Order: sequence, then C-alpha cells, then structure tokens
Amino acid sequence: MADEIRVPIERDDDVVVARSKARELATELGFAGTDLTLLATAISEIARNITAYATRGEVCIEAVRRGARRGVKVVASDSGPGIADVEMALRDGYTSGKGLGLGLPGARRLMDEFDIDTEVGRGTRITMTKWGRDQ
Amino acid sequence: MAVPILKQGPFLIASIQAALTDTDVLRLQDDVMEQVGRYRSRGIVVDVTALDVMDSFVSRSLRGIAHMTRLRGAETVIVGIAPEIAFAMVQLGLSFEDVHTALDLEEGLAYLNSLLEERDDGGG
Repeated sequence: MADEIRVPIERDDDVVVARSKARELATELGFAGTDLTLLATAISEIARNITAYATRGEVCIEAVRRGARRGVKVVASDSGPGIADVEMALRDGYTSGKGLGLGLPGARRLMDEFDIDTEVGRGTRITMTKWGRDQ
Repeated sequence: MAVPILKQGPFLIASIQAALTDTDVLRLQDDVMEQVGRYRSRGIVVDVTALDVMDSFVSRSLRGIAHMTRLRGAETVIVGIAPEIAFAMVQLGLSFEDVHTALDLEEGLAYLNSLLEERDDGGG
C-alpha cells in the first residue's frame, strides 16, 4: 500500500482522479461509507478551487496514524493568486463568482481538521485530515 | 463520459453511470435542454444513484437543469440520492429546496405521471 499519493491537478478529470484515489486509500484504512463520501466531497471542492483559480496545482493524499486511529491527510497546494481575506473566504455564501460560496467552508465542515496557509501572489496550501472511527 | 438519455413516452430518463467531471455535467445540461425541445418532453428523471459525490458544482448544475427545463414546460425529478450523499450534502450546506426529489426511478416516474394527469384533468 502506497502511503503517499500525489495527484497533479490541472484539468477537471484530475479532480475525479484525486477524489477516487483518496476514497481507495480510505477504504484500505477501513473507513465507513459515509466518511468515504465526506472525504471525497471535500477533496472535490478544494481540487476544483485549484482548477478554477490557480490553473494548476497538486493534491497529496497520505495515510496517517494517531494512536490506534487511522486517518487520511490531504494537502492541496498551488502557486496561484492566493486568498486576500481568508476569514471572508471561509464564510458561507461568500463567493468570488465562480461557485455557490460553499467550497472552503463546506470542505472545512466535512473534514475533522482544516488549515489554510495562503499568501497573495504566492499561492495557497490547504491541509486537512479526516479520521476514521475507532475500531 | 457522456450521460445516456433515454426517451420513454413523454419523459426523458438521464442515468448517470459513473463519476462525472465538470465538463460531463455541463454537457448533460446541454443535452437535456436540447432533447426536451426535440422530443417535446413533459418531464425528466435524472438518476444519480451511481454518482460518487454531489459537491457544490454538481448540485448547482442539477438545480440549473431543473430550473431551465421548467421554463420549457417540463418538470425534473432527481432520483437515487444515496444516504451517504444526502448526509454529505447536508453537511456541505446544499439543499434541493426548489427541486423535486424521489427515492428511485419508479417513484420519480410515478410523480411525473401524476403531474401529467393533474394537468390533463385541469385542462379538460
């Protein structure tokens, strides 16, 4: 089992590849069906942000462990325009015009941990983790 | 991958077969609109049973189909939203408030048939 999977994101079918790779990895880790869907949906939202705003970037999917719990860590990075007002971008319904304004705040709700590192003109890096249920 | 659309009497049935890219979703929108006009359809069932995720883009596009076809005189029903997809949609803050949904294809067709009967009764 590969512990780290890198998916370059440039076209809309790469978004589908990223979410299905994450689903495969999480299935191997014993994730429940609902958690698989939450994880895949969150990845779809943030990977689409890359194609919509940054043109290209990468989604890195990794199996992580905390004690007995297994999780999937996702890092989505790009060197696009960055986000000027992160607080605003995380607010429900705020949109720069290309979506419903649910991408970032929605992805944050679907995952257990969520962190944004961004700088205008340099790019954006979103790190998020979904933990499996105790077995 | 294109979504096959079947004509069944006055209705169209679009059955999503696999995960869709954004381009596939937009193409489905165009295809449904075109066929509603060509076949003078009165209703559309979009079966999403095989969809892997219903994210904000897909959901917005399906609502778009429902609204646009309604303007052309045809009702759309979305059927087959899996339990985990419904769960994710609620978490994400997505709702289909103004779009009709049904459990499966059978229920969706029953709903469209009841609408047709209502209209025909009202018109007579």
